[in-house]
Amino acid sequence: MNIPENLHYTETHEWCLLEGGMARIGITDYAQNELGDIVFVNLPEVGDEVVAGESFADVESVKAVSEVVSPVNGTVAEVNEELLDNPALVNEGAYDAWLIRVENAEIGMDVMDAAGYAAFCE
Amino acid sequence: MEKRTPLYDVHVAAGGKIVPFAGFALPVEYPTGLMKEHEAVRTACGLFDVSHMGEVAFEGEGALATLNHLMTNDFTELPVGKCRYSALCYEDGGMVDDLIVYRRAEDRFLVVVNAANKDKDVAWMRDHLLPGVVMTDISDDVAQIALQGPASRAVLARIAAENSLPTGYYTFTEHVDLAGIDCLVSRTGYTGEDGFEIYCAPADATAVWNALMEAGTEEGIMPCGLGARDTLRLEAAMPLYGHEMDETVDPLEAGLGFAVKMDKEAFIGRDALAEKGAPARERIGLEVVGRGIVREHEPVFFEGRQIGHTTSGTFCPHLKKACAMALVETGALSVGDEAEVEVRGRRVAVRVVGLPFYCRQK
Repeated sequence: MNIPENLHYTETHEWCLLEGGMARIGITDYAQNELGDIVFVNLPEVGDEVVAGESFADVESVKAVSEVVSPVNGTVAEVNEELLDNPALVNEGAYDAWLIRVENAEIGMDVMDAAGYAAFCE
Repeated sequence: MEKRTPLYDVHVAAGGKIVPFAGFALPVEYPTGLMKEHEAVRTACGLFDVSHMGEVAFEGEGALATLNHLMTNDFTELPVGKCRYSALCYEDGGMVDDLIVYRRAEDRFLVVVNAANKDKDVAWMRDHLLPGVVMTDISDDVAQIALQGPASRAVLARIAAENSLPTGYYTFTEHVDLAGIDCLVSRTGYTGEDGFEIYCAPADATAVWNALMEAGTEEGIMPCGLGARDTLRLEAAMPLYGHEMDETVDPLEAGLGFAVKMDKEAFIGRDALAEKGAPARERIGLEVVGRGIVREHEPVFFEGRQIGHTTSGTFCPHLKKACAMALVETGALSVGDEAEVEVRGRRVAVRVVGLPFYCRQK
């Protein structure tokens, strides 16, 4: 299983990359594999507030819908519009296919490092 | 602990993602994923383990009368070697299950029922047998494999004795020699494609499965899980018990009028259906025109009023659009109308389309 070292992880299988005051958020390789072929991603709008521990997006596979929870508090600065046209990018590379970028981001819930997340997934 | 089918080890070895379904541990998909499995069935062929399905034998001079009494369809003129779809109803017209009846001899029938309903069906039917029939639940003694898709016939012919396969849709042949194994083969399925359902002894299931996988290599045969089985049947608008029908839905509402013979001898549920007259609800097709995917149990609105609910919905992999079936007030919507479905608090625009969503080129 692919779990990059430089990311933070949640128990609901989101990843978060902190870059200064910005955060990129996506779903993990484990999550995309569990969901199967992803066919729709419902994203928030730029300017929306996200709250740590609360859902900000839906990722839908043929089989199921999964809410995506934000690990951070902050404001949506950018959404990955490429995913709206090509949601399968999440299956192809879960850590490249970020969903949103958040500004003034601060982690607002318990997160795990790569080793912790690897243990959690077992 | 779920029961395992005779093919469980084959699924695990192939990397199948095993989930509980109707009391069985079955693969929902294999590593290449549901979308590719679905497409394999639409363009070549796919193999499904459907050993979880229930099989019930009816034998004796009272077998025909019993089936005609229990079920909505009429089997009097059903020739030996043919299959017929039917509903099984309660007295109030609500459905116990839907099923397929195979006539093996004048007084010998095989009835194939949904796995999730098997125990309930057997109990209901046992309580309503007419004299002169022996009913036996033979589910544990039967494995079932479905080979589905346009290449099915060519693939199956490679391992079958010459001229031994059933030719017409909804016909079957007993004692077909498949790779040296004795099978019952019917030209039936649940995908909207040409295909076959193969019944054999549990001990032979792995050998039949492997022979078919090998025979279909050239065509790109793929093992398919429950996920593709559901998206394929939905795309073909085939109803599924627990979704389009249940004990609160009668077969006329579910769009199964073709399998309800009101003018035959009395059957369980007929009086209730006759009293209700024209069905108050109907099954329709919806195509999502807004953003998102509509799933089951979601309210359908037209001109601001709820007129029904969705019964199944998903992203259809071959059509590449989200579709749903819904049960709505009869006549409330016509093909081409735009309506709305509420999905997690958000209204999604849908258009009414004719069923099926997908129909194969014949």
